[in-house]
Amino acid sequence: MPKGKVTFNEELCKGCGLCVEYCPTHILYQDIKTLNKAGYNIIKVSEPDKCIGCAFCAIMCPDSVIKVEVNK
Amino acid sequence: MLEVKYEKSKGLTDTKLSYCPGCAHGIVHKLVAEALVELDILDRAIAIASVGCSVFSYQFFNCDAQQAPHGRACALATGAKRVLPDNIIFTYQGDGDLASIGIAETIHAANRGENITVIFINNAIYGMTGGQMAPTSLIGQKTTTSQDGRNQPNHGNPIKISEMFATIEGVAYLERVSVYDPKHVLNAKKAIKKAFQYQKENRGFTMIEVVSTCPVNWGMTPVDAMKWAKSDMEPVFPLGIFKDKGAE
Ligand SMILES: Cc1ncc(C[n+]2csc(CCOP(=O)(O)OP(=O)(O)O)c2C)c(N)n1
Ligand code: SF4
Ligand code: SF4
Ligand code: SF4
Repeated sequence: MPKGKVTFNEELCKGCGLCVEYCPTHILYQDIKTLNKAGYNIIKVSEPDKCIGCAFCAIMCPDSVIKVEVNK
Repeated sequence: MLEVKYEKSKGLTDTKLSYCPGCAHGIVHKLVAEALVELDILDRAIAIASVGCSVFSYQFFNCDAQQAPHGRACALATGAKRVLPDNIIFTYQGDGDLASIGIAETIHAANRGENITVIFINNAIYGMTGGQMAPTSLIGQKTTTSQDGRNQPNHGNPIKISEMFATIEGVAYLERVSVYDPKHVLNAKKAIKKAFQYQKENRGFTMIEVVSTCPVNWGMTPVDAMKWAKSDMEPVFPLGIFKDKGAE
């Protein structure tokens, strides 16, 4: 089981890329094919199994898009 | 079993933030909201919004709020705190608002030792009005009103608010923080919590200066703006605690 799980409130995302930059395991990417209603390219997880649940992505997200859960 | 480690703070409303993508205003909003919730003071907090990009912050903090005329947030906060001493009163002001038009109100509120908390967002530019030079703009920084870069003979040096306010007797806590990586964001939250804690204990004027970003008017991506805050702003605006009456 992965250590962490991230979920995105996609409609709030502004595609700024900060979460992608600060994820230490480099598992986030901007999906250039998917826009939200506001017209921003949303973020997806390439390898969910590699999430360590550090919450760096969520801490850096200015728009409170990301929820992080950890396996206890 | 899955346990929530991070989610949107209850200290924020459901209203979508009006800030540009990647603007650090949003990060600081979260920290203020989280601090108010964790100190259990959200229900008696009153935000004093200023003029600048954060003019709508009264819609974002999930507490009572009042929007102040440009630069007057500390004057309004003074009145609010004196009438409602049991409430937690904080201002949220940019560098144009606080360090330019509102410098007098801010200095005198500090000098009177008003028991309020000031969240000061230093992004070295006027964001809302389209990127004019701020009192805190760096030497060499190109803005719409300093197109060849700010220069000392014509414009003076960037004003160092924390260094200046550290000399004021009424100031109980004063720290300059940044939000350019997760470690610094967590430290900034600690500082903001401490300032609110001091207000709870009626210790006097508290201010947290946040070295922030304005990706749009700096002409950078949000990621490059974070890097610039570290590489170019931090040397001019060094981080640290400038005053702590509790430690004296
Ligand atoms: C009395 C008055 N003078 C000037 C303005 C125009 N004005 C609006 S916001 C602003 C400066 C905003 O800059 P800052 O405080 O740094 O906040 P930011 O937008 O960068 O967050 C100015 C000069 C105004 N609204 N009212
Ligand atoms: S919690 Fe950490 S590892 Fe998981 S996506 Fe976010 S930054 Fe990456
Ligand atoms: S940091 Fe937040 S707003 Fe920016 S791209 Fe990531 S999820 Fe979207
Ligand atoms: S103009 Fe600058 S300070 Fe204002 S919201 Fe946009 S990026 Fe942020």
